[in-house]
Amino acid sequence: MSGLTRDDAAYVARLARIDLTDDELDLYAVQLAAVIGHAAEIAALDTDGVEPTAHPLPLRNVTRPDVVRPSLDRAEVLAQAPAVEDGRFRVPRILGEAL
Amino acid sequence: MTGPPGSATSAAPGARPSPALDIARQVRAGSISAVEVVDRYLAAIDALDGELHAFVTVLHDAARHEGEVIDRRVAAGEDPGPLAGVPVALKDNMCTRGIPTTCSSRILDGWCPPYDATVVQRLRAAGAIVIGKTNLDEFAMGSSTENSAFGPTRNPHDPTRVPGGSSGGSAAAVAAGLAPLALGSDTGGSIRQPAALCGVVGMKPTYGTVSRYGLVAFASSLDQIGPFTTTVTESAVLFDVIGGQDLMDSTCLERPVPRTVAALADGVEGLRVGVVSELVNDVDAEVGARVDQAAEALAAAGAHVEACSIPELRHGLPAYYIVAPAEASSNLSRYDGVRYGLRVEADTAEAMNAATRAAGFGPEVKRRIMLGTYALSAGYYDAYYGQAQKVRTLIIDALALAYQRFDVLLGATTPTTAFAIGAKVDDPWSMYLSDVCTVPSNLAGHPAITVPFGADDSGLPVGVQVLAPALGEPVMFQVAAVLEGRAPVLAPPRVHA
Amino acid sequence: MSPDAAANTGWEPVMGLEVHCELNTETKLFCGCRNAFGDEPNTNVCPTCLGLPGSLPVLNVRAVEYAMRIGLALNCEVRPSIFHRKNYFYPDMPKDYQVSQYDAPINVNGWLELPDSSRVRIERAHMEEDTGKTSHIGGGGRIHDADHLLVDYNRAGVPLVEIVSAPDIRSSTQARLYASELRGILVATGASDGRMEEGSMRVDANVSVRRAGTVELGTRCEIKNLNSLRSLGRAIEYEIERQIGLLEAGDKVVQQTRHWNEDQGTTVALRSKEEAFDYRYFPEPDLVPVAPDARWQSEVAASIGPMPAERRAKLAALWGPEPLSHARAEQIATVVEHGLDGLVTAAAAAGVQSALALARASNEASARPEEARGLDVSAFVTLVRMEQDGKLSATQAKTVLTDMLDHAGDPAEIARRHGFEALDTGSLETVVAEVVGAHPDEWQRYVAGEDKLGGFFTKHVMQVSNNRADGKAVAAELRRLRG
Repeated sequence: MSGLTRDDAAYVARLARIDLTDDELDLYAVQLAAVIGHAAEIAALDTDGVEPTAHPLPLRNVTRPDVVRPSLDRAEVLAQAPAVEDGRFRVPRILGEAL
Repeated sequence: MTGPPGSATSAAPGARPSPALDIARQVRAGSISAVEVVDRYLAAIDALDGELHAFVTVLHDAARHEGEVIDRRVAAGEDPGPLAGVPVALKDNMCTRGIPTTCSSRILDGWCPPYDATVVQRLRAAGAIVIGKTNLDEFAMGSSTENSAFGPTRNPHDPTRVPGGSSGGSAAAVAAGLAPLALGSDTGGSIRQPAALCGVVGMKPTYGTVSRYGLVAFASSLDQIGPFTTTVTESAVLFDVIGGQDLMDSTCLERPVPRTVAALADGVEGLRVGVVSELVNDVDAEVGARVDQAAEALAAAGAHVEACSIPELRHGLPAYYIVAPAEASSNLSRYDGVRYGLRVEADTAEAMNAATRAAGFGPEVKRRIMLGTYALSAGYYDAYYGQAQKVRTLIIDALALAYQRFDVLLGATTPTTAFAIGAKVDDPWSMYLSDVCTVPSNLAGHPAITVPFGADDSGLPVGVQVLAPALGEPVMFQVAAVLEGRAPVLAPPRVHA
Repeated sequence: MSPDAAANTGWEPVMGLEVHCELNTETKLFCGCRNAFGDEPNTNVCPTCLGLPGSLPVLNVRAVEYAMRIGLALNCEVRPSIFHRKNYFYPDMPKDYQVSQYDAPINVNGWLELPDSSRVRIERAHMEEDTGKTSHIGGGGRIHDADHLLVDYNRAGVPLVEIVSAPDIRSSTQARLYASELRGILVATGASDGRMEEGSMRVDANVSVRRAGTVELGTRCEIKNLNSLRSLGRAIEYEIERQIGLLEAGDKVVQQTRHWNEDQGTTVALRSKEEAFDYRYFPEPDLVPVAPDARWQSEVAASIGPMPAERRAKLAALWGPEPLSHARAEQIATVVEHGLDGLVTAAAAAGVQSALALARASNEASARPEEARGLDVSAFVTLVRMEQDGKLSATQAKTVLTDMLDHAGDPAEIARRHGFEALDTGSLETVVAEVVGAHPDEWQRYVAGEDKLGGFFTKHVMQVSNNRADGKAVAAELRRLRG
């Protein structure tokens, strides 16, 4: 396949929510293209009528009963949090909700 | 080529020294104390791990405390279990409550899970003692442990070389005698390849036989936890301890795991072994020679050994490098700086996420997230992820056909022996080629084991791989035990307790 | 713009509703944490619903059953289904992907028949997990002025069923009818409690318009933040008008998500540029397919019980084949909506006058539906019979019933305590004669034809008799006296 452009890589990085420098974008564009190129060998295979395998073993209907089990101690959970306020996780505002 | 002295006559399990089983036997009998055992291994770690860097966290106090508890129970006439007093090293992608679990990543540096993985609970229930968390390629992505955020682990046989990966720390720990048992995880070969490079036994179970609850996910449909041991018997014992249904894991089988230890002494008389050309042809000559030797050993022991070809296996590596990164890209989205781990502050949530992930992930992890995100993105799903899942079916079907003719398959575990640190970091695909013999078993969900089988001319270990169909652990271990009994002597590693 | 005005302008509104309903399970969809509203933040959380590294989901069997109940009640086909991951980043999403169902949902191809006999097709009703809750702090609590957010994950992982209608809805009236009827069904299945104001039933409206008589769909906008049926109606009407305005001015409708602002009565675009989001759906590898067999499906179908439409019809049948008056139909709808039809059918079965039972059920009982649902049915029947037999006047009966709702208890007991006893005929005639005699001028005017003075006399008779007179009996007696 033809190479990935820096813009292609930038779009992917945005979807994946990772800040990358221009140099990194260029490097990943090349490396991704190389791996995709190798992987694309399978794109040419004839798989008509072949079912995809999502799970190696055919399990169905694995469920649990609707019974309450102990939750975690909140203090233990919040102790690991980067920022806490009022027993909740504190996060900066969301840009995407601006007008 | 003659076999090692004293080993040609008997492949009976227990005939060769099994550090873990010896400890358990003595601790249960009260002839040594668990604390003594722990101290011995802690001393070895303190002496040697500065050079090897197999461990990320060593649990000096906690392990001694667990040892004391075991000793008290033995004194009270209780039986703590089949692994009583045996120290176990755990790959640092398995959750241990209150103990840092880093996945060798900056993004989880210092994170302490509030819960134990199921396998950890089962180890403790069997009397084992968690002695430390071992180094890995970050988030289990790699084949050399050079992708760890905390520096590489070194191969005990030659510290200028890699131990393999991603479970390099666990493999090195067992090889160097820093722990008699270790657990790793295998997604594309991450137990088997480092086991082969370090000269120890490493096994990946049938998908669904060992709970993944508490294993930090890399590629959910491929990941399995498995043992690193000195002997095949210990591998079977550890598999029996950690395996079995778990109600916390929907992908864990309801059927009981086949009991394996009993089958170990059965020998290979009349068993049909297929030597797979795709698992031998493109490997280094010295590795290939050991596989041939292994085939001859099995024939001499009474097996029917034949060459075979399974062309579909060639598609395993490209399919793997679509499926695994795709699932990983989704599994690693949760590392966003909100609830735990590293946070790089910013004005908006979006910027905070992106800056945190940029600072917290290493280059290989970023590369695979990018690859996976791309493969799943609109317009590419069918051609890449969709197609790769169909290739899995082709591989499963081809293997099923092979298993009509053969009971087990034989091949190399990995194409080369241990390579130099730094040798493959600049070319991702050349690193990915290390997995070519191991990924088919992950894609199919089948079990496979690597057994040390001599060394190359430099003295670097070579492993040979036995593959079996789903739930075929008994016959797989059977064959492995025979190979072990007829394997050429491997010199102890340069760095060893 | 009123519902019919749009039609007059030559534009046709084309709408579909997406309704998310929280299921009434004890625990969350994929873990054993309590499914409860209002607990202290982050106290009903575990590794799974927090998405901690290494955690895994295990499906709640009751959630599957409830999803099936909803699907079957909506005439859907129940199919083998799988879960998918919907990948996107948001602080209220512990894993930054939502486990949902995509192209293989559990329920498909149903329909909902509305009381006005129109039918809205149901495309799908699938299972998914809920997100946590974010509170926007600073900037007056408004989303777009917020300084920072606080996140509570108690709600993360709560089971939802998302019901997606086809774009068959043509007016705000019909939309409200759909939402109301759907709510009745959800409550009747027991799967959800359908409270829009509390958020256990969330309605989003997809609104578009097209020239009347054309078939191609216009660009649609998704309207969110509709917390009541009234908001739903108002928002739709506003949006229809907005879109028509744009199109008539030669502008285009931009496909976007819009937020209903209750105070200002407008919809506002919230999301910025990137509308078509790439969710990178793929099958959830941590879960296995769900394929309820025929037996389980029949068990669930058999356990559901009658839906509101059937229950309304059953009440209507008490009056035989004659068409219902609008008033009676309203009463029946009210009674069924509040789950009190059992009272009326029990009364009818006991031989009590249906109309009377219906009146008491739809007036006094429906005013306090929660208490009324706890009413002892035979006590209710006894009460209505007492009124029917003339032992209690209408007013007295209403008082006793209200007392029963407040404190439970036996109607005869309560009546005795209040000192109620309806006047017998003889006493009634005496009291009426008394009152008539006390107001000769008014009586003359009444006799001369001023009918409305009947009310004057009735009021006095009630006062004098301490409400023991039955209003209708008084009216009849006055008419008799007048001749």
